[in-house]
Amino acid sequence: MNLSTQDLMAIELTLELAGLTTLILLLIATPLAWWLAQTRSIWRMPVASVLSLPLVLPPTVLGFYLLIALGPHGPLGQFTNWLGWGTLAFSFTGLVIASVIYSLPFALQPLVHAFESLGPRPLEVAATLRAHPLDAFFSVALPMASSGLITAAILSFAHTVGEFGVVLMIGGNIPDKTRVVSTQIYGHVEALEYAQAHSLSAAMLVFSFVVLMALAALRRTSNRTVL
Amino acid sequence: MHHIQMRLQRSDFDLSVDVQLPSQGIAVIYGASGSGKTTLLRCVAGLEKQAQGRIEIAGEVWQDDALGIYKAVYQRPLGYVFQEASLFDHLDVQANLQFGLKRSHNPQPQVLEQAVSLLGIGALLKRKPHQLSGGERQRVAIARALATQPTLLLLDEPLASLDQARRQDILPWLEKMRDELHVPMLYVSHAADEVARLADTLVVMQNGRIQAVGPVAQVLTSVRVPLSVGDDAGALISGQVTQRDERWQLACIGFDGGQFWVPDTGLVAGQSVRVRVLARDVSLSLSVASQTSIQNIVPCVIESLGADQHPSQALIKLRCASTSLLARVTARAVADLGLTVGLQVWAQVKSVALVK
Repeated sequence: MNLSTQDLMAIELTLELAGLTTLILLLIATPLAWWLAQTRSIWRMPVASVLSLPLVLPPTVLGFYLLIALGPHGPLGQFTNWLGWGTLAFSFTGLVIASVIYSLPFALQPLVHAFESLGPRPLEVAATLRAHPLDAFFSVALPMASSGLITAAILSFAHTVGEFGVVLMIGGNIPDKTRVVSTQIYGHVEALEYAQAHSLSAAMLVFSFVVLMALAALRRTSNRTVL
Repeated sequence: MHHIQMRLQRSDFDLSVDVQLPSQGIAVIYGASGSGKTTLLRCVAGLEKQAQGRIEIAGEVWQDDALGIYKAVYQRPLGYVFQEASLFDHLDVQANLQFGLKRSHNPQPQVLEQAVSLLGIGALLKRKPHQLSGGERQRVAIARALATQPTLLLLDEPLASLDQARRQDILPWLEKMRDELHVPMLYVSHAADEVARLADTLVVMQNGRIQAVGPVAQVLTSVRVPLSVGDDAGALISGQVTQRDERWQLACIGFDGGQFWVPDTGLVAGQSVRVRVLARDVSLSLSVASQTSIQNIVPCVIESLGADQHPSQALIKLRCASTSLLARVTARAVADLGLTVGLQVWAQVKSVALVK
Protein backbone atom coordinates (compact mmCIF):
# COMPACT_ATOMS: atom_id res chain seq x y z
CA MET A 1 0.00 0.00 0.00
CA ASN A 2 1.42 3.35 -0.98
CA LEU A 3 -1.34 5.88 -0.54
CA SER A 4 -0.43 9.49 -1.22
CA THR A 5 -1.71 12.41 0.83
CA GLN A 6 -4.13 13.09 -1.99
CA ASP A 7 -5.40 9.51 -1.77
CA LEU A 8 -5.87 9.78 1.99
CA MET A 9 -7.69 13.06 1.53
CA ALA A 10 -9.99 11.41 -0.98
CA ILE A 11 -10.66 8.54 1.43
CA GLU A 12 -11.40 10.93 4.26
CA LEU A 13 -13.73 12.98 2.07
CA THR A 14 -15.48 9.82 0.86
CA LEU A 15 -16.11 8.60 4.41
CA GLU A 16 -17.33 12.06 5.41
CA LEU A 17 -19.67 12.21 2.44
CA ALA A 18 -21.00 8.69 2.94
CA GLY A 19 -21.46 9.17 6.69
CA LEU A 20 -23.32 12.43 6.33
CA THR A 21 -25.43 11.10 3.45
CA THR A 22 -26.37 8.00 5.47
CA LEU A 23 -27.40 10.08 8.46
CA ILE A 24 -29.55 12.42 6.38
CA LEU A 25 -31.03 9.50 4.44
CA LEU A 26 -32.13 7.67 7.58
CA LEU A 27 -33.84 10.82 8.82
CA ILE A 28 -35.62 11.36 5.50
CA ALA A 29 -36.26 7.78 4.44
CA THR A 30 -37.71 6.49 7.72
CA PRO A 31 -40.83 8.70 7.76
CA LEU A 32 -41.13 8.33 3.96
CA ALA A 33 -40.93 4.55 4.20
CA TRP A 34 -43.47 4.56 7.04
CA TRP A 35 -45.86 6.58 4.92
CA LEU A 36 -45.35 4.29 1.90
CA ALA A 37 -45.90 1.18 4.02
CA GLN A 38 -49.04 2.51 5.70
CA THR A 39 -50.87 4.64 3.17
CA ARG A 40 -53.65 3.55 0.85
CA SER A 41 -53.53 6.90 -0.96
CA ILE A 42 -53.68 6.97 -4.77
CA TRP A 43 -50.42 8.93 -4.60
CA ARG A 44 -48.52 5.96 -3.22
CA MET A 45 -47.64 4.46 -6.62
CA PRO A 46 -46.50 7.66 -8.36
CA VAL A 47 -44.53 8.78 -5.32
CA ALA A 48 -42.88 5.36 -4.96
CA SER A 49 -41.97 5.41 -8.65
CA VAL A 50 -40.43 8.88 -8.52
CA LEU A 51 -38.43 7.95 -5.43
CA SER A 52 -37.15 4.83 -7.19
CA LEU A 53 -36.03 6.72 -10.33
CA PRO A 54 -32.38 6.88 -9.22
CA LEU A 55 -32.34 3.07 -9.46
CA VAL A 56 -32.79 3.10 -13.23
CA LEU A 57 -31.59 6.53 -14.38
CA PRO A 58 -27.98 6.71 -15.59
CA PRO A 59 -26.06 8.57 -12.86
CA THR A 60 -24.92 11.09 -15.45
CA VAL A 61 -28.52 11.99 -16.27
CA LEU A 62 -29.32 12.53 -12.62
CA GLY A 63 -26.09 14.49 -12.19
CA PHE A 64 -26.86 16.61 -15.23
CA TYR A 65 -30.31 17.64 -13.98
CA LEU A 66 -28.95 18.35 -10.52
CA LEU A 67 -26.17 20.44 -12.03
CA ILE A 68 -28.75 22.48 -13.93
CA ALA A 69 -30.98 22.84 -10.87
CA LEU A 70 -28.19 23.74 -8.46
CA GLY A 71 -26.27 25.93 -10.92
CA PRO A 72 -26.49 29.75 -10.92
CA HIS A 73 -29.43 29.77 -13.38
CA GLY A 74 -31.30 26.80 -11.88
CA PRO A 75 -34.23 27.29 -9.50
CA LEU A 76 -32.36 25.83 -6.53
CA GLY A 77 -29.20 27.73 -7.41
CA GLN A 78 -31.10 31.03 -7.56
CA PHE A 79 -32.73 30.21 -4.25
CA THR A 80 -29.43 29.43 -2.52
CA ASN A 81 -27.90 32.54 -4.07
CA TRP A 82 -30.79 34.57 -2.70
CA LEU A 83 -30.13 33.04 0.73
CA GLY A 84 -26.54 34.18 0.39
CA TRP A 85 -25.11 30.63 0.28
CA GLY A 86 -23.82 30.93 -3.27
CA THR A 87 -24.40 28.13 -5.73
CA LEU A 88 -23.99 24.56 -4.51
CA ALA A 89 -22.70 23.02 -7.71
CA PHE A 90 -19.04 21.98 -7.39
CA SER A 91 -19.25 22.13 -3.58
CA PHE A 92 -19.30 19.50 -0.84
CA THR A 93 -22.86 20.52 0.12
CA GLY A 94 -23.98 20.00 -3.45
CA LEU A 95 -22.33 16.60 -3.40
CA VAL A 96 -24.21 15.65 -0.23
CA ILE A 97 -27.53 16.74 -1.76
CA ALA A 98 -26.83 14.75 -4.91
CA SER A 99 -25.75 11.67 -2.93
CA VAL A 100 -28.89 11.78 -0.79
CA ILE A 101 -31.09 11.81 -3.88
CA TYR A 102 -28.99 9.19 -5.67
CA SER A 103 -28.96 6.72 -2.74
CA LEU A 104 -32.52 7.34 -1.54
CA PRO A 105 -34.01 4.14 -3.04
CA PHE A 106 -31.34 2.06 -1.30
CA ALA A 107 -32.39 3.44 2.07
CA LEU A 108 -36.07 3.40 1.26
CA GLN A 109 -36.59 -0.13 0.04
CA PRO A 110 -35.33 -2.12 3.03
CA LEU A 111 -37.25 0.21 5.34
CA VAL A 112 -40.53 -0.06 3.40
CA HIS A 113 -40.12 -3.83 3.33
CA ALA A 114 -39.40 -3.99 7.06
CA PHE A 115 -42.39 -1.83 7.94
CA GLU A 116 -44.69 -3.76 5.61
CA SER A 117 -43.65 -7.09 7.03
CA LEU A 118 -44.62 -5.89 10.51
CA GLY A 119 -48.29 -5.90 9.50
CA PRO A 120 -50.91 -3.93 11.39
CA ARG A 121 -51.04 -6.21 14.44
CA PRO A 122 -48.12 -4.90 16.59
CA LEU A 123 -49.47 -1.36 16.29
CA GLU A 124 -52.98 -2.49 17.18
CA VAL A 125 -51.59 -4.26 20.22
CA ALA A 126 -49.66 -1.12 21.20
CA ALA A 127 -52.82 0.98 20.85
CA THR A 128 -54.78 -1.36 23.12
CA LEU A 129 -51.97 -0.90 25.65
CA ARG A 130 -52.55 2.87 25.69
CA ALA A 131 -49.74 3.81 23.30
CA HIS A 132 -50.32 6.97 21.23
CA PRO A 133 -49.60 6.30 17.51
CA LEU A 134 -46.33 8.29 17.65
CA ASP A 135 -45.32 6.46 20.82
CA ALA A 136 -46.14 3.14 19.12
CA PHE A 137 -43.97 4.11 16.15
CA PHE A 138 -40.91 4.75 18.30
CA SER A 139 -41.43 2.03 20.91
CA VAL A 140 -42.73 -0.78 18.67
CA ALA A 141 -42.47 -0.20 14.91
CA LEU A 142 -38.93 1.19 14.83
CA PRO A 143 -37.32 -1.41 17.15
CA MET A 144 -39.15 -4.26 15.38
CA ALA A 145 -37.90 -2.92 12.03
CA SER A 146 -34.36 -2.47 13.30
CA SER A 147 -32.87 -4.99 10.85
CA GLY A 148 -34.36 -2.96 7.99
CA LEU A 149 -32.89 0.18 9.51
CA ILE A 150 -29.42 -1.33 9.70
CA THR A 151 -29.66 -2.69 6.15
CA ALA A 152 -30.75 0.73 4.92
CA ALA A 153 -27.76 2.36 6.64
CA ILE A 154 -25.23 -0.14 5.25
CA LEU A 155 -26.63 0.06 1.72
CA SER A 156 -26.78 3.87 1.75
CA PHE A 157 -23.23 4.11 3.00
CA ALA A 158 -21.86 1.57 0.53
CA HIS A 159 -23.76 2.97 -2.41
CA THR A 160 -22.56 6.50 -1.68
CA VAL A 161 -18.96 5.30 -1.43
CA GLY A 162 -19.35 3.65 -4.83
CA GLU A 163 -20.93 6.49 -6.78
CA PHE A 164 -19.00 8.04 -9.63
CA GLY A 165 -21.10 9.56 -12.38
CA VAL A 166 -23.15 11.85 -10.19
CA VAL A 167 -20.06 12.95 -8.29
CA LEU A 168 -18.24 13.81 -11.45
CA MET A 169 -21.16 15.80 -12.85
CA ILE A 170 -22.13 17.76 -9.75
CA GLY A 171 -18.87 17.90 -7.86
CA GLY A 172 -16.28 18.19 -10.57
CA ASN A 173 -13.05 16.76 -9.29
CA ILE A 174 -11.73 19.38 -6.91
CA PRO A 175 -9.06 18.05 -4.52
CA ASP A 176 -10.06 18.18 -0.83
CA LYS A 177 -13.50 19.52 -1.78
CA THR A 178 -15.22 17.10 -4.10
CA ARG A 179 -12.59 14.54 -5.07
CA VAL A 180 -13.68 11.19 -3.63
CA VAL A 181 -12.07 7.76 -3.93
CA SER A 182 -13.86 6.75 -7.13
CA THR A 183 -12.88 9.94 -8.97
CA GLN A 184 -9.38 9.73 -7.54
CA ILE A 185 -8.98 6.24 -9.01
CA TYR A 186 -10.24 7.57 -12.33
CA GLY A 187 -7.64 10.37 -12.10
CA HIS A 188 -4.84 7.89 -11.37
CA VAL A 189 -5.78 5.78 -14.37
CA GLU A 190 -5.99 8.81 -16.65
CA ALA A 191 -2.53 9.83 -15.45
CA LEU A 192 -1.35 6.22 -15.98
CA GLU A 193 -0.48 5.89 -12.24
CA TYR A 194 -1.51 2.23 -12.17
CA ALA A 195 0.20 1.34 -8.88
CA GLN A 196 -1.76 3.97 -7.01
CA ALA A 197 -4.97 3.04 -8.79
CA HIS A 198 -4.30 -0.55 -7.66
CA SER A 199 -3.90 0.41 -4.01
CA LEU A 200 -7.09 2.43 -3.87
CA SER A 201 -9.03 -0.12 -5.89
CA ALA A 202 -7.89 -2.94 -3.60
CA ALA A 203 -9.04 -0.91 -0.60
CA MET A 204 -12.45 -0.48 -2.23
CA LEU A 205 -12.63 -4.19 -3.00
CA VAL A 206 -11.97 -5.12 0.63
CA PHE A 207 -14.49 -2.55 1.78
CA SER A 208 -17.22 -3.92 -0.52
CA PHE A 209 -16.53 -7.47 0.61
CA VAL A 210 -16.79 -6.49 4.28
CA VAL A 211 -20.11 -4.72 3.61
CA LEU A 212 -21.59 -7.79 1.92
CA MET A 213 -20.36 -10.05 4.72
CA ALA A 214 -21.94 -7.75 7.29
CA LEU A 215 -25.26 -7.83 5.42
CA ALA A 216 -25.21 -11.61 5.21
CA ALA A 217 -24.44 -11.94 8.90
CA LEU A 218 -27.21 -9.52 9.71
CA ARG A 219 -29.69 -11.47 7.63
CA ARG A 220 -28.81 -14.64 9.49
CA THR A 221 -29.23 -13.14 12.94
CA SER A 222 -32.47 -11.34 12.18
CA ASN A 223 -33.78 -14.53 10.56
CA ARG A 224 -35.81 -12.44 8.19
CA THR A 225 -35.23 -11.26 4.65
CA VAL A 226 -34.00 -7.73 4.89
CA LEU A 227 -33.41 -7.05 1.23
CA MET B 1 -74.71 -1.91 31.85
CA HIS B 2 -72.79 -1.90 28.59
CA HIS B 3 -74.71 -0.68 25.58
CA ILE B 4 -73.26 -1.42 22.17
CA GLN B 5 -74.91 -0.15 18.98
CA MET B 6 -72.75 -0.71 15.94
CA ARG B 7 -73.08 -0.76 12.20
CA LEU B 8 -70.29 -1.70 9.86
CA GLN B 9 -70.69 -2.28 6.15
CA ARG B 10 -68.16 -3.99 3.97
CA SER B 11 -68.55 -5.26 0.46
CA ASP B 12 -68.87 -8.88 1.57
CA PHE B 13 -70.22 -8.50 5.08
CA ASP B 14 -72.33 -6.25 7.20
CA LEU B 15 -72.60 -6.03 10.92
CA SER B 16 -75.59 -4.54 12.68
CA VAL B 17 -75.77 -4.93 16.41
CA ASP B 18 -77.70 -3.33 19.26
CA VAL B 19 -77.11 -5.10 22.53
CA GLN B 20 -77.13 -4.37 26.24
CA LEU B 21 -74.93 -6.46 28.49
CA PRO B 22 -74.49 -6.56 32.25
CA SER B 23 -71.27 -4.85 33.29
CA GLN B 24 -70.36 -7.77 35.57
CA GLY B 25 -69.01 -11.19 34.72
CA ILE B 26 -68.09 -12.78 31.42
CA ALA B 27 -70.19 -12.25 28.33
CA VAL B 28 -69.30 -14.86 25.73
CA ILE B 29 -69.96 -13.93 22.10
CA TYR B 30 -70.63 -17.23 20.43
CA GLY B 31 -71.05 -18.02 16.76
CA ALA B 32 -69.65 -19.80 13.75
CA SER B 33 -66.60 -18.36 12.02
CA GLY B 34 -67.64 -15.51 9.77
CA SER B 35 -70.58 -14.60 12.02
CA GLY B 36 -68.97 -11.28 12.89
CA LYS B 37 -68.01 -11.91 16.51
CA THR B 38 -64.39 -10.82 16.14
CA THR B 39 -65.47 -7.78 14.11
CA LEU B 40 -67.86 -6.81 16.90
CA LEU B 41 -65.04 -7.07 19.43
CA ARG B 42 -62.78 -4.94 17.21
CA CYS B 43 -65.55 -2.35 16.89
CA VAL B 44 -65.81 -2.10 20.68
CA ALA B 45 -62.04 -1.62 20.88
CA GLY B 46 -62.09 1.05 18.17
CA LEU B 47 -59.93 -1.01 15.83
CA GLU B 48 -62.55 -0.82 13.05
CA LYS B 49 -62.47 2.83 12.09
CA GLN B 50 -65.40 2.64 9.66
CA ALA B 51 -67.80 1.32 12.29
CA GLN B 52 -70.57 3.75 13.16
CA GLY B 53 -72.79 3.84 16.21
CA ARG B 54 -72.60 4.23 19.93
CA ILE B 55 -70.62 2.40 22.59
CA GLU B 56 -71.25 2.94 26.26
CA ILE B 57 -69.20 0.83 28.64
CA ALA B 58 -69.99 0.89 32.35
CA GLY B 59 -71.56 4.33 32.05
CA GLU B 60 -68.73 5.81 30.00
CA VAL B 61 -69.34 6.75 26.36
CA TRP B 62 -66.46 5.55 24.18
CA GLN B 63 -68.07 6.41 20.89
CA ASP B 64 -71.19 8.26 19.81
CA ASP B 65 -71.10 9.28 16.18
CA ALA B 66 -74.38 11.19 16.50
CA LEU B 67 -72.75 13.44 19.11
CA GLY B 68 -69.33 13.42 17.50
CA ILE B 69 -67.70 11.55 20.38
CA TYR B 70 -64.91 9.21 19.40
CA LYS B 71 -62.20 7.92 21.67
CA ALA B 72 -59.24 6.46 19.81
CA VAL B 73 -58.16 2.95 20.74
CA TYR B 74 -55.39 4.15 23.03
CA GLN B 75 -57.84 6.37 24.93
CA ARG B 76 -60.27 3.56 25.71
CA PRO B 77 -59.72 1.90 29.11
CA LEU B 78 -59.75 -1.61 27.71
CA GLY B 79 -57.57 -4.65 27.59
CA TYR B 80 -57.39 -6.77 24.45
CA VAL B 81 -56.10 -10.30 24.09
CA PHE B 82 -55.67 -11.30 20.47
CA GLN B 83 -56.27 -14.74 19.05
CA GLU B 84 -52.64 -15.48 18.32
CA ALA B 85 -49.69 -14.57 20.46
CA SER B 86 -49.17 -10.85 20.10
CA LEU B 87 -46.23 -10.22 22.40
CA PHE B 88 -43.61 -7.74 21.25
CA ASP B 89 -40.71 -9.90 20.06
CA HIS B 90 -38.10 -7.24 20.74
CA LEU B 91 -38.97 -7.05 24.44
CA ASP B 92 -38.62 -9.68 27.15
CA VAL B 93 -41.63 -10.82 29.18
CA GLN B 94 -41.03 -8.25 31.90
CA ALA B 95 -40.87 -5.36 29.40
CA ASN B 96 -43.94 -6.67 27.61
CA LEU B 97 -45.83 -6.68 30.91
CA GLN B 98 -44.60 -3.17 31.74
CA PHE B 99 -45.55 -1.76 28.34
CA GLY B 100 -49.19 -1.05 29.13
CA LEU B 101 -48.62 -0.42 32.83
CA LYS B 102 -46.19 2.41 32.11
CA ARG B 103 -48.72 4.06 29.83
CA SER B 104 -51.82 3.79 31.99
CA HIS B 105 -53.03 6.96 33.67
CA ASN B 106 -52.85 5.63 37.17
CA PRO B 107 -50.22 2.88 37.13
CA GLN B 108 -50.64 0.37 39.94
CA PRO B 109 -47.64 -1.98 39.97
CA GLN B 110 -49.38 -4.26 42.49
CA VAL B 111 -52.07 -4.99 39.90
CA LEU B 112 -49.38 -6.39 37.63
CA GLU B 113 -47.86 -8.38 40.50
CA GLN B 114 -51.30 -9.79 41.23
CA ALA B 115 -51.84 -10.71 37.58
CA VAL B 116 -48.38 -12.30 37.36
CA SER B 117 -49.00 -14.50 40.38
CA LEU B 118 -52.58 -15.30 39.40
CA LEU B 119 -51.48 -16.43 35.94
CA GLY B 120 -48.38 -18.21 37.26
CA ILE B 121 -45.82 -16.50 35.01
CA GLY B 122 -43.43 -15.23 37.68
CA ALA B 123 -40.67 -17.57 36.51
CA LEU B 124 -40.82 -16.37 32.92
CA LEU B 125 -40.08 -12.65 33.37
CA LYS B 126 -36.55 -12.71 31.94
CA ARG B 127 -37.41 -14.77 28.87
CA LYS B 128 -37.98 -13.57 25.34
CA PRO B 129 -41.35 -14.34 23.72
CA HIS B 130 -39.85 -16.91 21.33
CA GLN B 131 -38.64 -18.92 24.33
CA LEU B 132 -42.21 -19.40 25.60
CA SER B 133 -44.77 -22.07 24.76
CA GLY B 134 -48.03 -21.04 23.13
CA GLY B 135 -49.91 -21.30 26.42
CA GLU B 136 -47.31 -19.29 28.31
CA ARG B 137 -47.41 -16.59 25.66
CA GLN B 138 -51.17 -16.24 25.95
CA ARG B 139 -50.93 -16.06 29.75
CA VAL B 140 -48.35 -13.27 29.44
CA ALA B 141 -50.60 -11.46 26.94
CA ILE B 142 -53.53 -11.74 29.36
CA ALA B 143 -51.45 -10.46 32.30
CA ARG B 144 -50.15 -7.60 30.15
CA ALA B 145 -53.73 -6.57 29.35
CA LEU B 146 -54.82 -6.90 33.00
CA ALA B 147 -51.96 -4.67 34.18
CA THR B 148 -53.60 -1.62 32.61
CA GLN B 149 -56.63 -2.14 34.89
CA PRO B 150 -59.12 -2.24 32.04
CA THR B 151 -62.77 -1.36 32.59
CA LEU B 152 -63.48 -4.15 30.13
CA LEU B 153 -61.24 -7.00 29.03
CA LEU B 154 -61.79 -8.09 25.42
CA LEU B 155 -60.62 -11.58 24.52
CA ASP B 156 -60.70 -12.80 20.93
CA GLU B 157 -60.63 -16.61 21.02
CA PRO B 158 -57.54 -16.53 23.24
CA LEU B 159 -57.36 -20.34 23.26
CA ALA B 160 -58.01 -20.98 19.58
CA SER B 161 -54.35 -21.21 18.64
CA LEU B 162 -53.61 -23.76 21.38
CA ASP B 163 -53.96 -27.51 21.41
CA GLN B 164 -56.47 -29.24 23.66
CA ALA B 165 -54.01 -29.87 26.51
CA ARG B 166 -52.84 -26.24 26.53
CA ARG B 167 -56.43 -25.03 26.51
CA GLN B 168 -57.15 -27.10 29.58
CA ASP B 169 -54.12 -25.41 31.18
CA ILE B 170 -55.48 -21.92 30.63
CA LEU B 171 -59.22 -22.32 31.26
CA PRO B 172 -58.76 -22.55 35.06
CA TRP B 173 -56.77 -19.28 34.98
CA LEU B 174 -59.64 -17.56 33.19
CA GLU B 175 -62.07 -18.92 35.78
CA LYS B 176 -59.83 -17.58 38.53
CA MET B 177 -59.77 -14.19 36.86
CA ARG B 178 -63.55 -14.15 36.78
CA ASP B 179 -63.94 -15.31 40.37
CA GLU B 180 -61.06 -13.47 42.06
CA LEU B 181 -60.37 -10.30 40.09
CA HIS B 182 -63.95 -9.63 38.99
CA VAL B 183 -62.75 -8.19 35.69
CA PRO B 184 -65.67 -7.79 33.32
CA MET B 185 -64.90 -9.61 30.08
CA LEU B 186 -66.22 -9.79 26.56
CA TYR B 187 -65.05 -13.18 25.32
CA VAL B 188 -65.29 -14.33 21.72
CA SER B 189 -65.47 -18.08 21.30
CA HIS B 190 -66.77 -20.84 19.12
CA ALA B 191 -65.93 -23.62 21.58
CA ALA B 192 -68.73 -25.22 23.57
CA ASP B 193 -66.60 -25.98 26.62
CA GLU B 194 -65.56 -22.35 26.95
CA VAL B 195 -69.21 -21.27 26.86
CA ALA B 196 -70.19 -23.87 29.46
CA ARG B 197 -67.35 -23.03 31.82
CA LEU B 198 -66.98 -19.28 31.49
CA ALA B 199 -70.16 -17.63 30.28
CA ASP B 200 -72.41 -15.67 32.59
CA THR B 201 -74.09 -13.96 29.67
CA LEU B 202 -74.31 -15.55 26.25
CA VAL B 203 -74.52 -13.58 23.01
CA VAL B 204 -75.23 -15.71 19.95
CA MET B 205 -74.26 -14.21 16.60
CA GLN B 206 -75.03 -15.22 13.05
CA ASN B 207 -74.34 -13.34 9.80
CA GLY B 208 -73.44 -10.11 11.57
CA ARG B 209 -76.64 -10.09 13.64
CA ILE B 210 -77.33 -11.00 17.24
CA GLN B 211 -79.60 -14.01 17.40
CA ALA B 212 -80.02 -14.32 21.13
CA VAL B 213 -78.69 -12.69 24.24
CA GLY B 214 -79.26 -13.30 27.93
CA PRO B 215 -78.10 -15.25 30.96
CA VAL B 216 -76.35 -18.35 29.68
CA ALA B 217 -78.76 -20.89 31.26
CA GLN B 218 -81.69 -19.06 29.72
CA VAL B 219 -80.26 -18.73 26.22
CA LEU B 220 -79.13 -22.36 26.09
CA THR B 221 -82.63 -23.64 26.98
CA SER B 222 -84.52 -21.34 24.65
CA VAL B 223 -86.40 -23.59 22.21
CA ARG B 224 -86.90 -20.73 19.75
CA VAL B 225 -83.23 -20.34 19.03
CA PRO B 226 -82.15 -23.40 17.09
CA LEU B 227 -78.92 -23.43 18.95
CA SER B 228 -76.87 -26.27 20.11
CA VAL B 229 -73.61 -25.37 21.68
CA GLY B 230 -71.28 -28.22 20.93
CA ASP B 231 -72.63 -31.67 20.19
CA ASP B 232 -76.17 -31.17 21.40
CA ALA B 233 -78.76 -28.87 22.89
CA GLY B 234 -78.92 -28.93 26.65
CA ALA B 235 -79.28 -26.97 29.87
CA LEU B 236 -76.55 -25.45 31.99
CA ILE B 237 -77.36 -25.40 35.70
CA SER B 238 -75.43 -23.70 38.50
CA GLY B 239 -75.59 -25.22 41.94
CA GLN B 240 -73.71 -26.08 45.13
CA VAL B 241 -72.46 -29.37 46.46
CA THR B 242 -74.85 -30.02 49.39
CA GLN B 243 -73.77 -33.46 50.56
CA ARG B 244 -71.64 -36.46 49.65
CA ASP B 245 -72.50 -40.12 49.79
CA GLU B 246 -69.21 -41.75 50.70
CA ARG B 247 -70.51 -45.28 50.36
CA TRP B 248 -71.64 -44.93 46.75
CA GLN B 249 -69.08 -42.28 45.77
CA LEU B 250 -71.79 -39.80 44.83
CA ALA B 251 -72.13 -36.09 45.43
CA CYS B 252 -75.40 -34.22 45.64
CA ILE B 253 -75.69 -30.94 43.79
CA GLY B 254 -78.53 -28.74 44.93
CA PHE B 255 -80.02 -26.07 42.71
CA ASP B 256 -83.13 -23.96 42.76
CA GLY B 257 -85.92 -26.50 42.29
CA GLY B 258 -84.20 -29.78 42.97
CA GLN B 259 -81.02 -31.77 43.22
CA PHE B 260 -78.87 -34.10 41.15
CA TRP B 261 -76.63 -36.95 42.26
CA VAL B 262 -73.41 -37.03 40.27
CA PRO B 263 -70.27 -39.16 40.50
CA ASP B 264 -68.06 -37.71 43.22
CA THR B 265 -64.79 -36.68 41.56
CA GLY B 266 -63.38 -35.13 44.70
CA LEU B 267 -65.90 -32.38 45.21
CA VAL B 268 -66.05 -30.35 48.41
CA ALA B 269 -69.31 -29.60 50.24
CA GLY B 270 -70.34 -26.00 49.58
CA GLN B 271 -68.40 -25.78 46.32
CA SER B 272 -70.09 -23.98 43.43
CA VAL B 273 -70.31 -26.06 40.29
CA ARG B 274 -71.94 -26.01 36.91
CA VAL B 275 -73.55 -29.07 35.41
CA ARG B 276 -74.75 -29.69 31.90
CA VAL B 277 -77.83 -31.77 31.15
CA LEU B 278 -78.27 -32.62 27.50
CA ALA B 279 -81.80 -32.61 26.08
CA ARG B 280 -81.35 -36.15 24.73
CA ASP B 281 -80.66 -37.45 28.27
CA VAL B 282 -83.96 -36.17 29.66
CA SER B 283 -87.19 -38.18 29.34
CA LEU B 284 -90.61 -37.26 30.71
CA SER B 285 -93.27 -39.13 32.62
CA LEU B 286 -96.67 -38.04 33.91
CA SER B 287 -96.27 -39.75 37.28
CA VAL B 288 -93.25 -40.30 39.41
CA ALA B 289 -91.79 -43.64 38.44
CA SER B 290 -90.97 -45.83 41.42
CA GLN B 291 -89.25 -48.84 39.93
CA THR B 292 -86.59 -47.24 37.81
CA SER B 293 -82.84 -47.11 37.70
CA ILE B 294 -82.92 -43.39 37.08
CA GLN B 295 -81.57 -41.61 40.15
CA ASN B 296 -82.30 -38.03 39.20
CA ILE B 297 -85.99 -37.24 38.87
CA VAL B 298 -87.12 -33.63 39.05
CA PRO B 299 -90.70 -32.31 39.11
CA CYS B 300 -91.19 -29.70 36.36
CA VAL B 301 -93.79 -27.74 34.47
CA ILE B 302 -93.76 -27.62 30.67
CA GLU B 303 -92.97 -24.07 29.65
CA SER B 304 -92.90 -24.37 25.89
CA LEU B 305 -92.70 -26.89 23.06
CA GLY B 306 -90.65 -26.45 19.93
CA ALA B 307 -89.85 -28.35 16.79
CA ASP B 308 -86.50 -30.10 16.64
CA GLN B 309 -84.22 -30.58 13.68
CA HIS B 310 -86.01 -33.75 12.57
CA PRO B 311 -89.85 -33.68 12.35
CA SER B 312 -90.13 -36.84 14.47
CA GLN B 313 -88.56 -35.06 17.44
CA ALA B 314 -89.75 -32.30 19.74
CA LEU B 315 -87.74 -30.10 22.05
CA ILE B 316 -89.52 -29.29 25.30
CA LYS B 317 -88.49 -26.57 27.70
CA LEU B 318 -89.19 -27.39 31.33
CA ARG B 319 -89.20 -25.13 34.34
CA CYS B 320 -88.57 -26.21 37.88
CA ALA B 321 -88.52 -23.18 40.17
CA SER B 322 -86.08 -20.77 38.44
CA THR B 323 -84.15 -23.56 36.71
CA SER B 324 -84.71 -24.48 33.07
CA LEU B 325 -84.22 -27.90 31.52
CA LEU B 326 -84.53 -29.14 27.97
CA ALA B 327 -85.95 -32.53 27.00
CA ARG B 328 -85.91 -34.13 23.60
CA VAL B 329 -88.77 -36.57 23.05
CA THR B 330 -90.52 -37.94 19.98
CA ALA B 331 -93.44 -36.01 18.55
CA ARG B 332 -95.51 -39.18 18.98
CA ALA B 333 -94.83 -39.17 22.71
CA VAL B 334 -96.00 -35.56 22.87
CA ALA B 335 -99.29 -36.60 21.26
CA ASP B 336 -99.72 -39.88 23.24
CA LEU B 337 -99.10 -38.27 26.62
CA GLY B 338 -100.94 -35.06 25.70
CA LEU B 339 -97.98 -32.89 26.63
CA THR B 340 -98.99 -29.21 26.61
CA VAL B 341 -97.76 -25.99 28.12
CA GLY B 342 -98.46 -25.78 31.85
CA LEU B 343 -98.65 -29.56 32.40
CA GLN B 344 -96.91 -30.97 35.47
CA VAL B 345 -94.40 -33.67 34.51
CA TRP B 346 -91.44 -35.55 35.95
CA ALA B 347 -88.13 -35.12 34.23
CA GLN B 348 -86.03 -38.27 34.39
CA VAL B 349 -82.43 -37.34 33.89
CA LYS B 350 -80.24 -40.14 32.64
CA SER B 351 -76.96 -38.32 32.76
CA VAL B 352 -75.55 -35.16 34.35
CA ALA B 353 -72.12 -33.89 33.39
CA LEU B 354 -70.02 -31.71 35.64
CA VAL B 355 -68.58 -28.87 33.59
CA LYS B 356 -64.82 -29.18 33.87
